[in-house]
Amino acid sequence: MPESNGDKIELNIRVNGQNRVLTVEPYRTLLEILRYELGLTGTKEGCGSGNCGSCTVLLDGKAVNSCLVLVAEVEGKEITTIEGLSLRGELHPLQQAFIDEGAVQCGFCTPGVILTAKSFLESNPRPTETQIRRAIAGNLCRCTGYDKIVRAIMRVANQ
Amino acid sequence: MMGCIRKFEYQAPRTLEEALEILGAHRNKAGILAGGTDLVVQLKQGVKRPACVVDVKKIPELNVLDWNPEEGLRIGAAVPISRILTFPVVRERYSILAQACSGMGSTQLRNRATLGGNVCNAAPSADSAPALLCLGAGATLASGKGSRVISLEEFFLSPGETVRLDTELLVEIRIPTPEAFSAGSYLKHATRERMDIAVAGVASFLTFSTPDRELKSIRIALGAVAPRPVRATRAEDVLTKTSFGRQAVEAAAEQAADEAEPISDVRGSLEYRREIVRVLTRRSLSKACESLGINI
Amino acid sequence: MSEYAVIGKSVPRIDALKKVTGEAIYSGDITLPHMLHGKALRSPYPHAVIKRLDVTRARALDGVKAVITAADVPGFKVKSELSCPEAPHLARDKAVYAGQPIAVVAATSLRIAEEAIGLIDVEYEELPPLLDTAEAMKPDAPLIYPDLFTNRFGRGPTGKDNTPGNIAWHVIFERGNLETGFKGADLVLENTYRTQIVHQGYLEPMAAVADVDGDGKITVWTQNQGLFTARGTIADFLEVPLHRIKVMPVEIGGAFGGKTYQLLSPLCVLLSMKTGCPVRMEMTRDEVLAASRPAPGASITVKMGATRQGQITAISLSMFFDEGAFPERPYSMNAALTGIGLYRIPNLKLEVMDVLTNKVPAGSYRAPAAPPAAFAIESQLDLISRSLGIDPLQLRILNVAAEGDLLPNGAPLPRVGFKETLLKMADTLNERGKSGNRGIACGFWRGAAGTFAASLYVNGDGTVTLATGVADVSGSRTGMVQLVAEEMGLPIETVAIATGDSDTAPYADMSTGSRTAYSLGTAVVEACRDAKAQLIGRAAKILEKDEGEIEYSRGVFRVRGNPDKSITLAKVARSSLFSPGEGPVIGRGSVGMPPFAPMIAVHAAEVDVDKETGKIKFLSYVAAQDVGKAINPAIVEGQIQGAVAQGIGWALMEDYIFDKGVMQNTSLLDYRMPTAADVPPVETVLVEVGSPSGPYGIRAVGEPPMVPVLAAVANAIHSATGVRIKELPMTPEVILKALKAQEASSSKG
Repeated sequence: MPESNGDKIELNIRVNGQNRVLTVEPYRTLLEILRYELGLTGTKEGCGSGNCGSCTVLLDGKAVNSCLVLVAEVEGKEITTIEGLSLRGELHPLQQAFIDEGAVQCGFCTPGVILTAKSFLESNPRPTETQIRRAIAGNLCRCTGYDKIVRAIMRVANQ
Repeated sequence: MMGCIRKFEYQAPRTLEEALEILGAHRNKAGILAGGTDLVVQLKQGVKRPACVVDVKKIPELNVLDWNPEEGLRIGAAVPISRILTFPVVRERYSILAQACSGMGSTQLRNRATLGGNVCNAAPSADSAPALLCLGAGATLASGKGSRVISLEEFFLSPGETVRLDTELLVEIRIPTPEAFSAGSYLKHATRERMDIAVAGVASFLTFSTPDRELKSIRIALGAVAPRPVRATRAEDVLTKTSFGRQAVEAAAEQAADEAEPISDVRGSLEYRREIVRVLTRRSLSKACESLGINI
Repeated sequence: MSEYAVIGKSVPRIDALKKVTGEAIYSGDITLPHMLHGKALRSPYPHAVIKRLDVTRARALDGVKAVITAADVPGFKVKSELSCPEAPHLARDKAVYAGQPIAVVAATSLRIAEEAIGLIDVEYEELPPLLDTAEAMKPDAPLIYPDLFTNRFGRGPTGKDNTPGNIAWHVIFERGNLETGFKGADLVLENTYRTQIVHQGYLEPMAAVADVDGDGKITVWTQNQGLFTARGTIADFLEVPLHRIKVMPVEIGGAFGGKTYQLLSPLCVLLSMKTGCPVRMEMTRDEVLAASRPAPGASITVKMGATRQGQITAISLSMFFDEGAFPERPYSMNAALTGIGLYRIPNLKLEVMDVLTNKVPAGSYRAPAAPPAAFAIESQLDLISRSLGIDPLQLRILNVAAEGDLLPNGAPLPRVGFKETLLKMADTLNERGKSGNRGIACGFWRGAAGTFAASLYVNGDGTVTLATGVADVSGSRTGMVQLVAEEMGLPIETVAIATGDSDTAPYADMSTGSRTAYSLGTAVVEACRDAKAQLIGRAAKILEKDEGEIEYSRGVFRVRGNPDKSITLAKVARSSLFSPGEGPVIGRGSVGMPPFAPMIAVHAAEVDVDKETGKIKFLSYVAAQDVGKAINPAIVEGQIQGAVAQGIGWALMEDYIFDKGVMQNTSLLDYRMPTAADVPPVETVLVEVGSPSGPYGIRAVGEPPMVPVLAAVANAIHSATGVRIKELPMTPEVILKALKAQEASSSKG
């Protein structure tokens, strides 16, 4: 049980299919821990306040802003970051679709929006374009104008 | 401005008793953590500096999501918005609440944010509040001394302030089962389609009697245009006191705009907000009626 | 048209894989052993004298390794803030904008650094801030700098003024006779338009890591739009020679002109020098919005005269840019050069000024100065077309410039695709039929040209590696790989591109101004041709023939007329490593400021306006552009679509809200950028009128699509509602207000 007196706590979490035990301060965010304790720098910080989606990870399968999750809250939970998406070197269909459709420019929003799209498609396998756009509204992109991102997601939905 | 979160003690009580003990001990030095989508931002801004953060997500009573005809809908304070949206009864019987929740934040925020948090954070623009006011929702507050149920109408005091005492924990929101032949609509006006705070929000909920389609009851509630979410009672009066139809609806909309107490801020001027209240009240009433097959 | 093997094909971006897997490394991802964290104390006041600055308590905090102020910057006593504008000017005697860094702390953790910031004692004496360009321009206005003398350019006295003021640049271009021009017009219209400060909105906040080793060698990882430009800024700021600085290539999370500034790395270097440890600094989103380099606000007054038939006889354009607290690259120059590039107007006067105020200093943003200028001019042309009853596209076609016509600065236009693009848009719109909700607008971008070099290494197995020093902000790596594959006749898989650091890479200019593909491409093609020439020479030797008898195609050198006598490129390359008297085959290309190749973008927006709330919905958006030759159509489309989204944000929702000179909306909630739900799908129409100077006729593509968006949206709103809005952003509130005013005035009859 991760309780503490402001000192470090012991945390048992499962990240990208691997069990990890960490000793960290409870007042740090999941984003910080992923990037600086676990070296998983694929998850990005764009704003720190849940407004850009660059820090999106899957927490027990659901897309969340990791900048708003305190590390103490994830004891015993399963976290998937972008690094965990390609199994044994094989790209997830969304990753491949993003490459094929030209949906990647600077790439900073890419990990977050792919994860959001993944969890969205799992519960909405036949979305309309409007539904896709609303689902990823929490992932800001400044480079692509969203066109090719939406096409990539639609392409996977139609597979 | 955002910065690192200051040190705090983290507690994750597994029972309501434990949680209440902690609140009783720390009082206003405790920060209650449910979804964290408001609290963590406030911690980073230094706006809140609790010595102890109490994570309430493990408490069984706060995770209840249940409905039966007699007791109505019970939504535990720690239930994420996304879970509420997938509960079939919510779409079937409490569509106005589903409308309000589906426009909140983003996919990511809805997977963490809670109704309890939205209500306790008490922003005047809280998206859930107008709908909850229309539905006659009540909040159950527990403390070491027992528990009490407060109607949402009395719950909000001012921006960020509610009647909840430091020693109290919001356990659940309870919403009575609406009468037959009722419908509601929540309309929110903001600049962006999603991911935006309401410049003004209007919820209306009507109950008609069958088969004569007489208006039985009406509730109209406004968000973001007063220090707290409020019922537009004078607008409601217009509708209960005159024969229901387009003219009455427009008169009610005028009244609602008049009743609002908006301010001017970075998101809009008070004149604009008033105008939006007028427009959204009319549209909300029309939409609610439409969903019952009543055209005005 | 598949005359080329890989040019013109939408091959997947070569950097895409690493980005979709999260492997790509950005500046904020770099960690080094013993790395310290830096944090800046920033002025809360827009204009204040720093009476006392005491860092003793901060220095004493456990974990703090250094604290620097302006006094630590070499040469600070004599260097003016006005030099080296890309550098982070730590406030000396006074702060000139809210958010200006005053002191910087390096500590063992960010938490400690933040605590230390709180322990720095500063005594400020507030001065009245200049927050209005009109105020700042007055001859008796208080001076932000005692030593700022206006630079004048163009018609009239050129050079620096004698008396100091708050106007950094004053540019005037004139030709013909305005009075005559307006006299000859049947319609003369004058209006003033205003655009707001907006941020480039790159998703990746600025970050830098610097490490100075025992030898004094400085290594820097930071976002930039030019490794060598960054190196130069650091060198200037810290007065160290260029060869002691090595800037490492990193992925960049969006730039759009905003990362040509080194606002963190010089501070990190200084802190690293003092502490002997690597130092990292990252801006929070608040700092990015309030204290980096957004695009300046502008006020544009345009007066145009037209004949009844639609010929524009004269134009007078006067523009004031609110540049904030540092005089940066002259926006005025850009405005004057790009403002009226598209049209053939015999009588004109362009007068543009860069005015300083006590706000965050301005920087470049995608086609700097052109979008506000086009907002005014294209809105004005729209009004003229309505007054005269002429179709807006036809009005443009009637007045469009062509090859040989002179730009306002007197330079003649080379071959351009202006008319072709206008006609293509006209065709496209005809196919769709008329629309009552449509607005069209055009954008011109002159283009910049830069100095670039490239090296092509031919490896011993016949693969090739292209070495450049270019910061890839727009997909240029992929385009260059395609160019090499095409030029060398090799499969694209055998071509690698390596972005070196500033020690090892061939020199590259900034990746800005849409110069990259165009100028670098020229250098790359030159390097390929040089490599091929060398290879042919080697092949000739091996095959014992004259060079003139050797043909090369698809990796094989053959003797003309004797197909059995041949040798593969791989073998030639291999043997070049062992041939006495010869060295490895390295192709070199070097280009210096090739001639510019102007571009046109023509956009058509269709909107639906909720007349009771002012809220806008897009029904469609078509963006046509002359791209010269699209090396990679998917990349070009992506550039266009992204620019349109940025333009929509600029037009409808982004703004800097100041209260007494302090920005209030420093979060991404209230600095509203469009989400996926706010923008329409953007259809792109690529026109290819080859440029005479770009390889394969390419033109740059990144900036033109930014230029017409503001006016296209304003013109669409006018079509849909009859209301003309001349000030940005056109929020729902602004639109509703205009609708109500129109209702009121029409009911008065």
